[in-house]
Amino acid sequence: MLKISADKLNSLFDAISAKQTLYITVDNEKGSAEYKKYESGMTLSKSLNTVRSAKDFFFPQTENLADFKVEGKNIEVIDVREESEDFVVFGVRACDARSFTILDKVFLSEPVDSYYKNRREHSTIITMACTKPAETCFCTAFGMDPTVPEGDVAVFSDGENYFFLERTEKGKKFIASISDMLEDGDTAKLNEVQEKARNIMKKLPLANLSTKSFGGERLMKHFNSEKWAELSESCLGCGTCTFVCPTCQCYDIRDFNTGHGIKRFRCWDSCMYSDFTKMAHGNSRNSQLERFRQRFMHKLVYFPANNNGEFGCVGCGRCLSKCPVSMNIVKVMKALEDKE
Amino acid sequence: MQEAMIKRAKELLADGTVNRVIGWKKGEFFYDATPAVFRTAEELDRQFIFDDFTQANVSKYLVKESRKDGKILAFLKPCDTYSFNQLVKEHRIIRENVYVVGVPGGPKLDIEKIKAKGITGVLSVKNENYTLKIETLYGTEEMPFYEAISGKCESCKSKKHVAYDELIGEDGEVLESNRFDMVEKLENMTAEERFNFWQNELSKCIRCNACRNVCPACTCENCVFDNPKSGVDNKAPADSFEEKMFHIIRAFHVAGRCTDCGECSRVCPQNIPLHLLNRKFIKDINSLYGEYQAGADTTTKAPLNDYNTDDCEPSIVHERGVE
Repeated sequence: MLKISADKLNSLFDAISAKQTLYITVDNEKGSAEYKKYESGMTLSKSLNTVRSAKDFFFPQTENLADFKVEGKNIEVIDVREESEDFVVFGVRACDARSFTILDKVFLSEPVDSYYKNRREHSTIITMACTKPAETCFCTAFGMDPTVPEGDVAVFSDGENYFFLERTEKGKKFIASISDMLEDGDTAKLNEVQEKARNIMKKLPLANLSTKSFGGERLMKHFNSEKWAELSESCLGCGTCTFVCPTCQCYDIRDFNTGHGIKRFRCWDSCMYSDFTKMAHGNSRNSQLERFRQRFMHKLVYFPANNNGEFGCVGCGRCLSKCPVSMNIVKVMKALEDKE
Repeated sequence: MQEAMIKRAKELLADGTVNRVIGWKKGEFFYDATPAVFRTAEELDRQFIFDDFTQANVSKYLVKESRKDGKILAFLKPCDTYSFNQLVKEHRIIRENVYVVGVPGGPKLDIEKIKAKGITGVLSVKNENYTLKIETLYGTEEMPFYEAISGKCESCKSKKHVAYDELIGEDGEVLESNRFDMVEKLENMTAEERFNFWQNELSKCIRCNACRNVCPACTCENCVFDNPKSGVDNKAPADSFEEKMFHIIRAFHVAGRCTDCGECSRVCPQNIPLHLLNRKFIKDINSLYGEYQAGADTTTKAPLNDYNTDDCEPSIVHERGVE
């Protein structure tokens, strides 16, 4: 397999970023990782994953959709979209890479969201295989192999080298564009590292988490479960789980009055919020129990019902780490699953 | 301590003093307890937990719980009792519907601080003579206990319970804390440095509202930021001014009522030191109106709700605003 030695990784980043915008994962001063636009001298994060997910690249927290210029009785609608430039994201984990497939199902099915599509088409996703999963990881429950992630190119590290595997046509082109910096490498040590990682996967505390009690056909059983009252009791109704989640894709569209016109923008919204999908008649879900239930039913029941059984969770574990009251999808699944 | 608490809760349930207990429920791992209401002795035995990681302040839940039928037993740490008192003072908690059992406070540990050291796959933590022995999927790690202490416990203001019906364990004292050190540091910066500090921190905000929703001083039924009729409602900052507006307005709104419980910074997914805004207000109130600790009692008038002839004049703003 083609590889580059670890000490040359930064020169590879320099070469990529000379041609197009490159984003890599970096550690911040507080010890957590985030995606940053690469500038010479930055080093790739050693953390397993970023606090904010990679969905930001395609579905940013806020985005201007259109401007309305008002002059007397005339309203001019201005399309504020700019054609996205090609960009590369390096260091995406298997869970986040899978989240793009899930987001695509929402944004790229008719009617296609052209804002999302524009960015998606201009991206090249370089994933990074996991070697040290955390105790909060459960992507295998959703059918992923984090040792061989999806994306356009998958990158594997054996500690000394980074190996490159093409996964799509786009990935093939990308590897061709950097091939002068790569050389053939022996994968013996890499195979060992992967074997070790797979063994760890089996020992993860959540390795036995199962989705077999969930899916579209379980709608009424789960919807009517008495467990929601207890599960939602401590929920603060904040949007942390929603906003760190790589697959949560709900948004609100608002108009901002600039004084001489209107800026129409969209921003992330959360089904945990009291004014989510508020309409003329009021709120469709009046209690936190209903809002809480909605979020988990969407991921575990409604989404698979509408998408050939695919679940709306990728097992990244962000909600496990970040919920202020430590309530999360794993606790919900364990409470609702069929008891033998 | 956990055993004594479960035992006492069972007694109070059995003799009819209370019909519910609020505390913390065991999580999936050792560090992810969830605030919970227990209704039976069996539930307490099976799920109740109180240890180094039970950080959450359960006072705010009592706004709703104290309006339900029957009395609820609330286990409160010293810092939680300040929030409790403040909520009683604001008529948000119905005092007679709560039976408060004071329990010892921290220092509590923060799993994020352990993970920030690069320690991953954490399975268990043991405190041996103030060294943490951490079992992970990748072997055993060690780190000093004090480096894993929760941010809110690092500058603990009091070990004293300011409200309780009974105590388990000894009561402590109000402490001399170092909690204004960082505020002073910020005060000593130039306006530009300070602006840059906050710009850098607040630009990380994802407006998840965790700080607001966890805050015991934020108990409005409908927050202005959620109310379309308020004219300032927003779910995301439209520009970098609005980024700061949410947090600064919130800090103003809780000024004089914030007890410095530290929950805002604890829950922030982006680790923004939000408590520093509140501490600046506390420090200013102390220096301009005399020492005042919100939640220390339920009777004294709060400086910003009171008028005295020796109150500072509004011109103080100009005097202090000079660089």
